[in-house]
Amino acid sequence: MPGTLSWQAGRNDKKTGSAVIHSLLVWLVGECIALFARLITAVRAIWDGIEPVPHQRVYFANHTSNGDFVLIWTVLPPAMRSRTRPVAAADYWLTSGLRKFIGQAVFRAVLIDRNPETRTMDPITQMVEALDTGASLILFPEGTRNTTQASLLPFKSGLFHLATARPDVDLVPVWISNLNHVMPKGETVPVPLICTVGFGVPVHIEPDEPKEAFLERAQTALLALAPAKDTAP
Amino acid sequence: MTPHAEFLALMAGVLAILIVASIAGAILHRRFNADGMNATIENLNARIVAWWAMVGLLGLALLAGRIGVLILFAVLSFAALREFLTLTEKRRGDHWALAAGFFVILPVQYILIGMDWYGLYSIFIPVYGFLFLPILAVLRGDTDAFLNRVAETQWGLMICVFAASHVPALLTLRIEGYEGKSILLIAFLVFTVQFSDVMQYIWGKLCGRRKIAPGLSPSKTWEGFIGGTLTASLAGAGLWWLTPFTPLQAFLMALVVTQLGFFGGLVMSAIKRDKGVKDWGHLIAGHGGFIDRLDSVVFSAPIFFHLTRYFWSAV
Repeated sequence: MPGTLSWQAGRNDKKTGSAVIHSLLVWLVGECIALFARLITAVRAIWDGIEPVPHQRVYFANHTSNGDFVLIWTVLPPAMRSRTRPVAAADYWLTSGLRKFIGQAVFRAVLIDRNPETRTMDPITQMVEALDTGASLILFPEGTRNTTQASLLPFKSGLFHLATARPDVDLVPVWISNLNHVMPKGETVPVPLICTVGFGVPVHIEPDEPKEAFLERAQTALLALAPAKDTAP
Repeated sequence: MTPHAEFLALMAGVLAILIVASIAGAILHRRFNADGMNATIENLNARIVAWWAMVGLLGLALLAGRIGVLILFAVLSFAALREFLTLTEKRRGDHWALAAGFFVILPVQYILIGMDWYGLYSIFIPVYGFLFLPILAVLRGDTDAFLNRVAETQWGLMICVFAASHVPALLTLRIEGYEGKSILLIAFLVFTVQFSDVMQYIWGKLCGRRKIAPGLSPSKTWEGFIGGTLTASLAGAGLWWLTPFTPLQAFLMALVVTQLGFFGGLVMSAIKRDKGVKDWGHLIAGHGGFIDRLDSVVFSAPIFFHLTRYFWSAV
């Protein structure tokens, strides 16, 4: 009933009680994940182009490890964390109950189907809908984890379509350093090593800017944040 | 366990030093750094604040006794090893060896010390770690820079785990007429070495002219080195009542550990230079990383342990 005091609702309505427990659990699991990430990586944010303030943004980052968005999420101040949603692959995050809980409840991931043949929803539409609710997004424009010697794989076109659909949103390049050594693809035990997350100057799409030129510019902006050791041949 | 009167006296002295330092830092800040632009004073005050935290932590651990000291140094080893291995050469093929270093070698070393098993903890890393970690690495089949990789990993374990663990190992020494007091040996070692670092900094800032190793560390001067280690050695002599040593013996022991501490700092600076970093980490404001603060203790602890064991201990 509208206007009912929340403590009354909590006492009279069993659903609300379990909802409180659920949201406490979500918060607790989130804090535990962040604490674990800090224990293993002592992660440090380098704000080198934007301030840690709750503006709406699309963070686009290099992708070398499954822990990438966890690290970005960990260094965001709590007010920003609660409004920031990673864009992640449904085929990974819907496979088990635990992953489902963490992916959907804790991180509130925007889950997209990577297979164009089976999907029922267009990923860009999903991302735009999330932006229109006021959320910020974490996006990995390489599309898959980079296990090659190259610093960065060529970007997929998703970032371009998103930028075209919502040209006013800040696109912030984010370089994650060293996490590929902590948790390389295929390993199950992380090795504790210090990681950094560098945030750069936002990129915007120019009017009528061609796709290739924009993606090239975004890649350059991201690579510019990489420490020398990450880009050495 | 009730704390020893000697320990409380030492803590009172350290607190007095910290209070004087904090007041001096506040006065310097008001007179010369009202705009917050003087980097040296900003750094000095950050260091003093961090000292309060470090003294508080070590004091609590020493009060908690054997378990407290073991846990504190195991955690410090973990943090130091994390900093060290961040900078070493490594590839995918080292993953098992590195994980074993953190999650097997490190805890086992501290458990062995907790069990008082001298015969094993004094060779566990130099023998078993030395032979088995390269085997774990070679199983993955990557031979690129293999010798560099296994050597750097082993060096990290020796410094950050083996050497550091000799601080709590002091608790296993049995010295006639000094039963149940070996925790004071830790207080003596850590105080003397850290006091030497602080006095080197102060002497260097006040009258440091001639650089010892300009290519290595621009802040280390002959004046700082001699003034700092001598002052700290005299302070060590003055703390003989904490130890099983006579005042002269306490002076000589303090001289040994402060010299080792100084050269340990130089060695660790050389590694930082080699790897192209200024500090080992960023977690201790004003000081840098854990290794930046621990390097001198790590280099002096094993020698202090063995000298004390050889000349004073019954086992």
